[in-house]
Amino acid sequence: MRFVDEYRDADKARTLAASIASLCEPGRQYKFMEVCGGHTHTIYKHGIEDYLPENISLVHGPGCPVCVIPMGRVDDAIHIASQPDVIMTSFGDMMRVPGGDGSFFDAKAAGADIRMVYSPLDALKIAQRNPDRRVVFMGIGFETTAPSTAMTVLRAAAQGIGNFSVFNNHVTILPAIKAILDSPDLRLDGFIGPGHVSTVIGCRPYSFITGDYGKPLVVAGFEPLDLLQSVHMLLAQLAAGRSEVENQYGRVVPWDGNAKALQVIGQTMEPRPYFEWRGLGFISHSALRFRDEYAAYDAESVFDIPGGRVADPKACQCGEVLKGVLKPWECKVFGTACTPETPIGTCMVSSEGACAAYYNFGRFTRERVKEATR
Amino acid sequence: MCLAIPGEIVEIMADRPLATVDVTGVRRSVNIGLLDREALAAGDWVLIHVGFAMSKIDEAEAMATLRMLEGLGEAYDDEIDALRESRID
Repeated sequence: MRFVDEYRDADKARTLAASIASLCEPGRQYKFMEVCGGHTHTIYKHGIEDYLPENISLVHGPGCPVCVIPMGRVDDAIHIASQPDVIMTSFGDMMRVPGGDGSFFDAKAAGADIRMVYSPLDALKIAQRNPDRRVVFMGIGFETTAPSTAMTVLRAAAQGIGNFSVFNNHVTILPAIKAILDSPDLRLDGFIGPGHVSTVIGCRPYSFITGDYGKPLVVAGFEPLDLLQSVHMLLAQLAAGRSEVENQYGRVVPWDGNAKALQVIGQTMEPRPYFEWRGLGFISHSALRFRDEYAAYDAESVFDIPGGRVADPKACQCGEVLKGVLKPWECKVFGTACTPETPIGTCMVSSEGACAAYYNFGRFTRERVKEATR
Repeated sequence: MCLAIPGEIVEIMADRPLATVDVTGVRRSVNIGLLDREALAAGDWVLIHVGFAMSKIDEAEAMATLRMLEGLGEAYDDEIDALRESRID
């Protein structure tokens, strides 16, 4: 396990922490957003904030695909799943996400045929084995999973599988980052860029953040030292008056991304004019839909979908958490009415949601936070 | 769903864009159509997202990622259980 320790070494972490502290301008407050839920998870699990000086805060971004699915889309999916000849297939993460009228688990308990799958290709296989049923795959996720959905639809088309379609809820990360940058609620100093999304889109598309908005961005890995090093790189840029895209996770993320993955997304899908994100509202060009040529595999063409909009529960402050305006524990229902067992908001559903990550690993108690912020 | 799992390539299928990978002792097929087939060989490590190999990584990175995933507990167990059920061909 020699390799692994390189990313976990406590001495290295302390050295980095000291160097981070020395880069901070006295009296200045720094706010960096980690866009990806995987990073949020590492930050809470390893108490990364404990290594940072008090004037640096990490705020959690919207990069948890399960967390941003609006309630109306869950209701639409359940409507499809409730058709008598339909088998709905979904990643396990989606099963507990509440819509206005319950979750997939609730619908399954009420008799709908909803099956968990590991891969959209498994959903396609279910379609092949059940020619008398219509099989729908609940497509969710950012650019990490969109290529898989695209590949699966291309395969369905190539094999002429007519009883398979996808309810496409794929979203794209850049418009959400732009919406956050345009939001008056939050002043950010830089971004910790998503690791896995960047394996697909590469590092270039972030240049509007560093250019138009003048905020540095560092694509980061998921180990504790990766995150500390990324914070260090962000501070070094700010100290030198630079704002550039840098790649801390070069051992996995190629600068140009994965050309094949981008090609299959572009071949089968196009941006929607707008899409609703839970808590964030409607964001232009922030999601994908199938191109007309693939309408036969598009559940929105195949089925009559109600398409209703359901307001987020009043008590839920996921929107503020997703934008980084509130920390999870500052939400009124956190840990009381809203827990991983009985989530009100989506941030509490996925293990990568900021609320669930904090609930499960919360390093410092609310009391300590109060003390720290006093 | 969001987890990228490292797998070691055991065998690349001759006639299809598929490889058998070993993920902590679980052997399953994954699709390699998003990577350059010529650049892959048995013994290589890949990061797998929902049944598709998305990037090639070195062994050190694979080990680090595995240990991180094992530390996740339930979320990782669920992912491996889901993979166990997967029958991609």
